[in-house]
Amino acid sequence: MNKLHLYLLALGLTAVGLALFVYKALVLNFPLVPGEVSEIWKVETKITFAALNEPIKVSVYLPRYTAPYVVTDEAFVSRGYGISTTTDEVNRQAVWTIRKARGQQTLYYQAEVRRVDQKEPLTAPQPPKIEKPRWEGADLAAAESLVAEIRRKSADTESLVANLFRLLNLPQADHNVQALLARQASESAKVDLATQLLALADIPAWVVHGVHLKEDKEAALVHWLEVFDGKQWRAFNPATGGPGVPKDFLPWWRGPYPLVQLKGGERLHVVLSATRNLEEAIESAVVRGRLTKPFLQKFSLLSLPVLSQKVYRVLLMVPVGAFLLVILRNVIGLSTFGTFMPVLIALAFRETHLLGGVILFSLMVGLGLIVRFYLDYLKLLLVPRLAAVLIVVVILMVLVSMVTHKLGWETGLSVALFPMVIMTMTIERMTIVWEERGPAEALKQGVGSLLAAALIYLVIHNRHVQHLVFLFPELLLVLLAGTVLLGRYCGYRLLEMPRFRALVKGKS
Amino acid sequence: MWNLARQLAALGVLGINRRNADFTLAHNPRRLYPLVDNKLQTKSIAAQAGIPIPELYGVIETEYQVRHLPELLSKHPDFVIKPARGSGGDGILVIAGRAHDRYRTVSGYTITQDELAHQVFDILSGLYSLGGLSDQAMIEYRVQFDPIFEPITYHGAPDIRIIVYLGVPVMAMLRLPTRASNGKANLHQGALGVGLDLATGATLATAVCRQEILMEHPDTGDSLDGLEIPHWEDLLRLAARCYEVSGLGYLGVDIVLDRFKGPLLLELNARPGLAIQIANGAGLLPRVRLVDECHQALDGVEARLAFAREHFAVSS
Repeated sequence: MNKLHLYLLALGLTAVGLALFVYKALVLNFPLVPGEVSEIWKVETKITFAALNEPIKVSVYLPRYTAPYVVTDEAFVSRGYGISTTTDEVNRQAVWTIRKARGQQTLYYQAEVRRVDQKEPLTAPQPPKIEKPRWEGADLAAAESLVAEIRRKSADTESLVANLFRLLNLPQADHNVQALLARQASESAKVDLATQLLALADIPAWVVHGVHLKEDKEAALVHWLEVFDGKQWRAFNPATGGPGVPKDFLPWWRGPYPLVQLKGGERLHVVLSATRNLEEAIESAVVRGRLTKPFLQKFSLLSLPVLSQKVYRVLLMVPVGAFLLVILRNVIGLSTFGTFMPVLIALAFRETHLLGGVILFSLMVGLGLIVRFYLDYLKLLLVPRLAAVLIVVVILMVLVSMVTHKLGWETGLSVALFPMVIMTMTIERMTIVWEERGPAEALKQGVGSLLAAALIYLVIHNRHVQHLVFLFPELLLVLLAGTVLLGRYCGYRLLEMPRFRALVKGKS
Repeated sequence: MWNLARQLAALGVLGINRRNADFTLAHNPRRLYPLVDNKLQTKSIAAQAGIPIPELYGVIETEYQVRHLPELLSKHPDFVIKPARGSGGDGILVIAGRAHDRYRTVSGYTITQDELAHQVFDILSGLYSLGGLSDQAMIEYRVQFDPIFEPITYHGAPDIRIIVYLGVPVMAMLRLPTRASNGKANLHQGALGVGLDLATGATLATAVCRQEILMEHPDTGDSLDGLEIPHWEDLLRLAARCYEVSGLGYLGVDIVLDRFKGPLLLELNARPGLAIQIANGAGLLPRVRLVDECHQALDGVEARLAFAREHFAVSS
């Protein structure tokens, strides 16, 4: 048995594991921290209106150029409507049609969008031909004087737009602005006016309507300006006049028209909502990777069906628990019942959580011990006795579930997840230790097992640990290397040292 | 803690991890374990090699045979019943004599025939065996202890544990039952361990009981210092020969000293405990390292014994 061999093996395993890990983390951009930059939003448009018993046509703009987001999935929900989608240079539109409908109508459009962090913008359409605004007389004069004023004060497009919005946003509006904009004008009307003024100055611009992605019941529509600076489109925030818009704005459609246009109905009501999907935060990394690097998704558990993924999420924690157990037993020197019993108990704590788990486990083992001591009095032979304890354990599980359910403590139902054979063996071993070595030793080992289970629980139920191991299973190789090295750990165990203390004292 | 670890390392104290990794795993092949884990097999290989053992009166292997127990026992006024695969001295019943139709244990209790039979059933079902496997009960000669132990023994069987590494005895101790150990000679059950000088078999000034260093027997109050184990030469030779007999490189040999028959091999242990170091006030590592260096040159039992007596004597 060569130590060099062992070190080489550990080194090799670590190297392979870490290399894969680094590759996935740095090149494939797998997130190291759960939910770090992963964002999936379900955006829903709910359209309700009253039908007038005549042909109905509902046109809805759909998201098209949506950088920095990508639409990964969409769905139309309607009953009896025909649906078609059309695209022009900048927008996509869905048209719902029906020959006849009566009463309240509800249509849904759902889109799943994911954030894609890309430096370069998605290919933007060429600017449309500038349409001169239809102003006449005094309006035209006011507009021209405004344009002249902002032109005079600015050096380039950026400062021109900034000056424009400064004027439009003045609390005491300029008389020229007052002539063109109603007193209580909406944000979208203001941006619309800005595009017209820019058109007058021969600068292509349009309004962008989008959704502010916040975890709100009703997502707010926001409007901002995009200006073509000769090479590309640049966004401006109408509130500040500055370039750029917040990253959580999802661009939806462009142009002066409203989101929904309805023919053949009345009392139109549109509700937009956005919800963030937290559970799929990891999956998004992969979908995102697929969108940007479609061929690099080979080494991932995420290619498995969702159900198996859930199983592996739990299974992959077992090696972590086992590794911790090696440390607890061989380096710390904690004594436990059964080698891997604490790992399995820690897994069972998944549903009950720590406090509930410790209480339930102590309760089960305590009740089991009482029954076991009674069985001892009957002088049963080994295998029938074990079987009897197993049966009693199952009966106790049922009873504990029923009683805690009656008491309204739903955690008690999770007792069914405790590994019953392990519990049986724990009870049996504890009884034997109790008889042979006394209650103190039995309790010491019992508490040791519970302590180990609790520690392992705290680690394996850490969201970051789960995320790392699940997304980077190659880290198990590093874990294996560590375990193999610990297999040749010849130092003292922390808890065995006190017993040799007398030796040191005797010598000094 | 770190400081303590350094001090222990400086003394060459052997810990559990190193014992398992460098000694039991490295020198004790797994296939040989049954020879020592099953005392019946130990007895049989020892008898073949001519090593003296307590005489075996009989073996109970099945529940059915328990009914023949009274016949078997009728020939012997005193005897010991023990599990063949027991560990830590558990499940051993020592009968010193009879009172009417009852058996009298060494502790002075009496038990009925039924209680005795139940103990045998427990043994057979594996209650005391390693891993809970079904077991055999062996009935053997009750050792008549050498009178030297009388003042320092409390209800039980004192024995001598010798650690033999690659055939060389490296450390020895006398194990004395106490009231706390309930007549058992296992240190972790509260028995008293007294270090022994390998050269002479004289007790050292250090004794250990429950991790405490003592100077006298906790129950009898007698001094433990300066006692000399008789037949020491034979004891050492017996222990050293167990290396060839068992094939185990790192071995704990338990020997009892009978008043009439001299040293008898009680059992062998493939994973001997580490408390012997406390009893001797010395670490095992320097000694086994020395054996590692020299054992190639040691040919035969006598050479190994001479080596042990020369190097592991207490210079005082």
